[in-house]
Amino acid sequence: MAKRSIPGGLASRARFPTLVVFLAPALIVFTALVIIPVFEAAIFSFYKWNGLGPMVDFRGLGNYLELIQDAIFHKGLLHNFIIVIVSLIIELPLAMALALIVSDRKFKGAVFFRTFFFLPYMLSEVITGVLWQFIYHPQYGLVKTLFEALLPGVHPPALMGSPDTVLWAIMIVIIWKYFGLHMTIYIAGLQDIPQEQIEAATIDGASKGQIFRRIILPGMRNAVQLSIFFSIIGSFQVFDIVWAMGKGGPANGGETIVTYLYTTGFVRFNVGYGSTIAVGLFFICLLFSFFYERVIAREAT
Amino acid sequence: MSRKTKLTAFVMAFALVAGGLAMADQVTVNWWHIGTAANDKAMLQKFADDYVKANPNVKIEITVLENEAFKSKLTTVMQGGNPPDLFQSWGGGVLAQYAQAGLLKDITKDVKGTAFGKSMASGVWQVYSYNGKVYGAPHDMGGITFWYNKELLAKVGYKTFPTTWDDFLKLVKKLKAAGITPIALGGGDKWPAMHMWSYIALRLGGGQLFEDTFSGKNAKGFENPTFIKAGQMLADLAALKPFQDGFLGATYNDEAALMGNGEAAMELMGQWAPNVEKDNSSDKTGLGAKLSTAPFPAIKGGKGKITEVIGGGNGYAVGKNAPQAAVDFLKYLDNKKNNTTWAQVSSIIPTVKGAEVGLTDPNAKMVKAIVDKCTFFQLYLDQFLSPAAGGTVNDAVQNILAGTATPAQAMAAIQKAFVAK
Repeated sequence: MAKRSIPGGLASRARFPTLVVFLAPALIVFTALVIIPVFEAAIFSFYKWNGLGPMVDFRGLGNYLELIQDAIFHKGLLHNFIIVIVSLIIELPLAMALALIVSDRKFKGAVFFRTFFFLPYMLSEVITGVLWQFIYHPQYGLVKTLFEALLPGVHPPALMGSPDTVLWAIMIVIIWKYFGLHMTIYIAGLQDIPQEQIEAATIDGASKGQIFRRIILPGMRNAVQLSIFFSIIGSFQVFDIVWAMGKGGPANGGETIVTYLYTTGFVRFNVGYGSTIAVGLFFICLLFSFFYERVIAREAT
Repeated sequence: MSRKTKLTAFVMAFALVAGGLAMADQVTVNWWHIGTAANDKAMLQKFADDYVKANPNVKIEITVLENEAFKSKLTTVMQGGNPPDLFQSWGGGVLAQYAQAGLLKDITKDVKGTAFGKSMASGVWQVYSYNGKVYGAPHDMGGITFWYNKELLAKVGYKTFPTTWDDFLKLVKKLKAAGITPIALGGGDKWPAMHMWSYIALRLGGGQLFEDTFSGKNAKGFENPTFIKAGQMLADLAALKPFQDGFLGATYNDEAALMGNGEAAMELMGQWAPNVEKDNSSDKTGLGAKLSTAPFPAIKGGKGKITEVIGGGNGYAVGKNAPQAAVDFLKYLDNKKNNTTWAQVSSIIPTVKGAEVGLTDPNAKMVKAIVDKCTFFQLYLDQFLSPAAGGTVNDAVQNILAGTATPAQAMAAIQKAFVAK
């Protein structure tokens, strides 16, 4: 970090104790709970180890060679990418459209709908998962009841019971749960755009589409960037909902990198290889951060 | 320092020491069990309360966890090297792994040659032993059998459960034709389906195949053609669509609910099935007298007999830091009186000799009869093998049912995990 001169009356020497007092607790906790475990995981990843007793079975790069060829890891990675892409092309535009609607001053129920759309985000992930398990339940669920009421004679699909549909069933839940968050970010972004600009453009005869493209979207650049960042990071870390809904199954159809990591390390007692998966995920996230810094963040400045 | 303050200091020091001594007498036993059904929970609580009343220096802290939640939570404390004093265990490979890592207390001296040891058959102690040392005690040891709804079977003309695989397939087809879900299966939890494949393999290859596989005498291991054929037969069964809709995503509790509500004709499950069915049925009464049980059918041309049983039970393992009071409490839990009560209340198959008088439930008596007559006994494969290999067996069977792996591919995956140990 570059040294900066401190504005105002405080000399840097006077600031040092303040720095120590305020920074130390956070630094100690962060080091103990994040930095050290990251390095520990990196060490575990070279061993075959069940998490109990001493590590003795050094495998060198063996775990990494296995990871590269691991079909389930590939599947999890693919699923994570699908979740990212669907979030970007369906969830975010949906959130944007809703934000525009509920920000319209002429729209009477705006406050009610803002709260209403934000509600799913306030539920905990596990509760959401359990709730949707009930909705999707092939024998007693809401989906089945709806099918029977609206489309009598049509057999309702058991979405969570097939490796081909489970990911999409989970995708619906993820969109349902998080679009409210992105909508709220966009509403905040919309409030930054001076109303006069829009009024002036309207007087000059600009269409709604032109106003959106030329004024609103550029003015919301920061909000959009933030929501893309949350969306991608969230997609890579998604775990609780998937786990609560079906533990990444059936037949790995809903597996994400983190569910696979958890199953390997904590259900199968394969802590060594589980750590290898974790290190793999770490590098993927690092790569993304790099890309984000280079492409998305730079474009903005 | 004045004399008065000296005296005060002395009194205080004395009080501290005396208090400390009194505290030292007080021991706490942490006990994790999975008896979440209302009757189990109340009974186990009473056992603990009665023990504490007789031994006021012991405090028993009970943690009741649901099966899957228990497994996750236990894993975390085990990897942290901090096991509870007494905890649910199915014995076998998982117990061995803990014992190997020094996480369990060796209670051999409390078992070998003692009255406690002699109260149970030596075979059941085997399940809770590793390298000749005992690390826990079972209170329940039964077998996996087919549980069926007599009323639904009667509807398609079956008064008794089929004893051959061919007849079994006929029954499945008839039930299907009559619009009844033939088999309830919690395929999402994997292990219920795993039992189906392992039973087919046992009927095809007999106990000898299993013994030869574990000893290494069967060089191809799980890639032996008999195991692959068992996988194929399971795939053929699945092709008849005998399971409820969405079974691949269903939990064991879903399976029990379908049985308990009379919406499916049968399930392949352990001795606890009636209790869990009751607990998961919408009216909390289950099937009652409509429920019956029978051994897994024999397969024509197979080497295994219908009297060979896959089973296991429930017990408690003792954690490495457990006080002697934990072992005493374990002995108390598994005394004849309590084991009899247990058999009465939740239809376990009691392990203590003489406790079978508590069995009033006709279904439990039938399971006991099947287990008593068995000519070969195999502990559940996912518990017998190491967690990694056992988990792979569960995955492999699910992949066969989902059609995401051929039987040969699935068996190759099991063999790979089995050899990796």
